[in-house]
Amino acid sequence: MTAGTAQAGDPHRERRPETAQLASSSIDVDVWRGVADGRFVRYRVPREASQTVLDVVTWIQRNLDPTLAYRYACRVGMCGSCAMTVNGVARWTCRTHVDRVAAGARLELRPLSNLPVIRDLVCDMRGFFDKWAAARGRLVPTATRNDPMARVLPASRERRAADAAIECIGCGVCHASCDIVAWRPDYLGPAALNRAWTLVNDVRDGGNRARLAAVAGDAGCHACHSQASCTERCPKHLAPTASIAGLKRAVSRALLKGEL
Amino acid sequence: MIRQGPLQRFRSHGDRPAGWWAFIVHRISGVALALFLPVHFWALGRALEGEAALEGFLRWTGNPAVKVAEWGLVVLLAAHLTGGLRVLALEFLPWRNWQKSLAAVAAGVSLLVAVFFLLAVR
Repeated sequence: MTAGTAQAGDPHRERRPETAQLASSSIDVDVWRGVADGRFVRYRVPREASQTVLDVVTWIQRNLDPTLAYRYACRVGMCGSCAMTVNGVARWTCRTHVDRVAAGARLELRPLSNLPVIRDLVCDMRGFFDKWAAARGRLVPTATRNDPMARVLPASRERRAADAAIECIGCGVCHASCDIVAWRPDYLGPAALNRAWTLVNDVRDGGNRARLAAVAGDAGCHACHSQASCTERCPKHLAPTASIAGLKRAVSRALLKGEL
Repeated sequence: MIRQGPLQRFRSHGDRPAGWWAFIVHRISGVALALFLPVHFWALGRALEGEAALEGFLRWTGNPAVKVAEWGLVVLLAAHLTGGLRVLALEFLPWRNWQKSLAAVAAGVSLLVAVFFLLAVR
């Protein structure tokens, strides 16, 4: 089947232009070079059919400037390492097609917002993952390897709540899109709180009292204003806003029960 | 972090979700109402200075500019009330993926109140 025709009944299949049908043969790409006080450098990159933003960055590094720093690993939307700001919006670049985001054959690539820049398109992710630790995003086991396997029914309320939030790949798109993180950098942020929510619903976990105390603080779940930019931008279509709302309820309930 | 001014940041941020606009309306209406409150108490305080003072003030409020401002006040109140109900529903009812509809409902109810008040006052 040729590209450019949508297959009936498959909502995930999108119309992709053939090379001959591309609006232009090249694209101008402004790439952030340097650290926080760096500048944009323009590169001209040939257009290809089904070209991703990550393809563009890789082409620049392989053909125009080998010193360009950026991160990627899997290229298929699993590892969460290639997120950048593409024309002002944080995106996973390996699954973002150029023809969907390049307005007028132009691309502007910056590192993710709300994180320190190491160089070019690479951010220091330590602060981001430190927040996962601060939100007690680690399973606290209640059984040992000698105990029988825990049985968690797929249809149970807790399992379904955890399922809805579990597919996070840690790309940092939500954290970069969140205005609250921009306003108060110590805010734990959507990804860390989303992780905490999956563990609050994990029936094998025994760390909820400490976890709810950790997320109940000033910079925790109650700092969220439900603007839902995280939910809008999450490439995995998760809803961190829903997870944070769940944490707010769980914290309130624990407070009423005198557990906090 | 790359430094950007607020306007630059706003422009370079892509389309904002409905929840963001709901937040902005809620915050601006809240601040405006907080600023109005002292004026409201000052107006009531006129009564302490006698019937004539209050009466004179109330007559002044009859002028068209104040009527328009009064309408604006009702719009702010409606927007802040419905925005607050939206937040309560979002945070205390089980999540049903209708947060965007909630923002629309809040805006719709505010608009209804605004139109009703406009027709009722005249």
